[in-house]
Amino acid sequence: MTDLLRRLVRTPQGAIGLLLLLVLAAVCLFGPWLAPQDPEKIDFLGRFRPAGAENWFGADQLGRDVLSRLLVGARSTIPMALAATLLGTVIGSVVGTASAYLGGRWDEAIMRTIDAVMAVPGLLLALLLVSTLGNGATNAMVAIAVAFAPGMARVTRSVALNVRNQDYVKAAIVRGERGSWIVFREMLPNVMAPVVIETTIRVSFAVMLFATLSFLGLGAQPPASEWGLMVADARQYVHQAPWILIAPSIAIAVTAIAFNLLGDGLRDAMNPRNER
Amino acid sequence: MSLSWILRRLLLIVYTVFVVSVLVFGITQVLPADAAVTLLGENATADALAAIRDRLGLGDPIWMQYLRWVGHAVTGDFGLSMRTGQPVGPEMVAALGRSLLLAFAAIALMLVVAVPLGVVAAVRQGKLADTLTSLVSYLGVAFPEFVTATLFAMLLADTLQWLPATGYVSPFEDPWGAVRHLALPVLTASVILVAHVSRMVRSETLDVLHSDYVRAARLKGLPERTVLTRHALRNALLPVVTIVALDVGYLLGGIIVIEEIFAIPGIGRQLMVAITARDLPSIQAGALIMSATYAVANTLADVAYAFLDKRIRYD
Repeated sequence: MTDLLRRLVRTPQGAIGLLLLLVLAAVCLFGPWLAPQDPEKIDFLGRFRPAGAENWFGADQLGRDVLSRLLVGARSTIPMALAATLLGTVIGSVVGTASAYLGGRWDEAIMRTIDAVMAVPGLLLALLLVSTLGNGATNAMVAIAVAFAPGMARVTRSVALNVRNQDYVKAAIVRGERGSWIVFREMLPNVMAPVVIETTIRVSFAVMLFATLSFLGLGAQPPASEWGLMVADARQYVHQAPWILIAPSIAIAVTAIAFNLLGDGLRDAMNPRNER
Repeated sequence: MSLSWILRRLLLIVYTVFVVSVLVFGITQVLPADAAVTLLGENATADALAAIRDRLGLGDPIWMQYLRWVGHAVTGDFGLSMRTGQPVGPEMVAALGRSLLLAFAAIALMLVVAVPLGVVAAVRQGKLADTLTSLVSYLGVAFPEFVTATLFAMLLADTLQWLPATGYVSPFEDPWGAVRHLALPVLTASVILVAHVSRMVRSETLDVLHSDYVRAARLKGLPERTVLTRHALRNALLPVVTIVALDVGYLLGGIIVIEEIFAIPGIGRQLMVAITARDLPSIQAGALIMSATYAVANTLADVAYAFLDKRIRYD
């Protein structure tokens, strides 16, 4: 584990990604204490105040401090995206591994069905699910998880097919272990490495998807300072105060970049032969 | 490529559309909306509600409702919109046409930009051009469509006033106006595609450049230019077909947001309107048509790939 970490930090992507993520984690944990002002404090004299000593990133249409809103808003953005990806990974990797274990016709039927479900664009599936479950952050999280599961199942299954042919799995089958035991105890732990890489990269999609749902009014609800919601609010004031729009946009992008970098770094670190 | 392979692919499309139809119907049936109330309004009398429920067959078992819906859908009849009272099918197909125009333009722009970018990055691996390209691709995949769309609109429409901010003009009525109105949406849609595909092209080209046959061509004394165009690129660009097909999925999702922001009456915006209004027939038709389009695009890509790559043999 420490060895992996050392190799991860040695790749430029891994080092930068890890650094960015540590900063983001600190913001998620301590955001409200780091924020220089109350993110909900309305100040009509300070409406659209440009960046300066009073508001480092400027103030929004109600005179609220943009930096404080960003710092507090990290909590309603990043953990939701993480939770959605993790839930999607759990569902997907169990289905994918089970499909590889069952093999034959079952595998064929499960994978063709998963391919079919993947014909529904992720955002569309999430939209349909949210409209059924009702608007809100938690429902958006569940919807993204479900939309991610088929892709994760496909990735896991391709790895699990190799694991399926390993001697220790064959031995477990010959021993007469139950199917669930083989899937959960023998196979799943051994497909984790590629799944972790895929999951890391997918968090960046989840961040964007969650922000998109909030932007469309289906995810996080006002007055939360979720970043996608902040962009949606800021659009009509672009003329007066472009910074209210640019600040959350950059926050979303930095988060997505951080997870992408970490994913690429992990891929290089876990595969020493890969020189690129 | 044998006949049975093509048949198998066609069967898979049918299966895909079947699964999607069950999925879409299932999800929309759970929607907390009473079709009868949506149609007649909150103040309708109990008798009127009962009458319309009877007419729509809302009291029937769910599988019967599904079969009835599918039976009509295969003939292109998706029912009447609860919002406008107009037939949903023709409206959605017309909207799909406008979306496809946007999608094709975005893919064309992406190919023109991403392929040279990826190839140059691979040829100049580790040099400045390569670093810049990977920077661009990291940035490109990090901005969701609604952010790129808003930033582009801010810059090109509001500040510089080069392009109209929103709206749609039919290319048959006013070709130049159509180009101007499509410019921002197409630009937005192509950003993520360029970022993704240029990276793929770079990695494919690198693989090919390190292959034995490229080394052989170089050792034969062929000029680098010939090696690149005649030997390397042909093989490097083949997988791009598949990548582009997979990206159509992203594109169709992204189009929902892009059309919403730029007020383009394509299938994505129609779907958003339908979802907001809880207009069941429109949601079902839109989702099914969109997913079927993606399934067909994927199959076409597979067929194209098999045609182009003579090494692959399918049984």
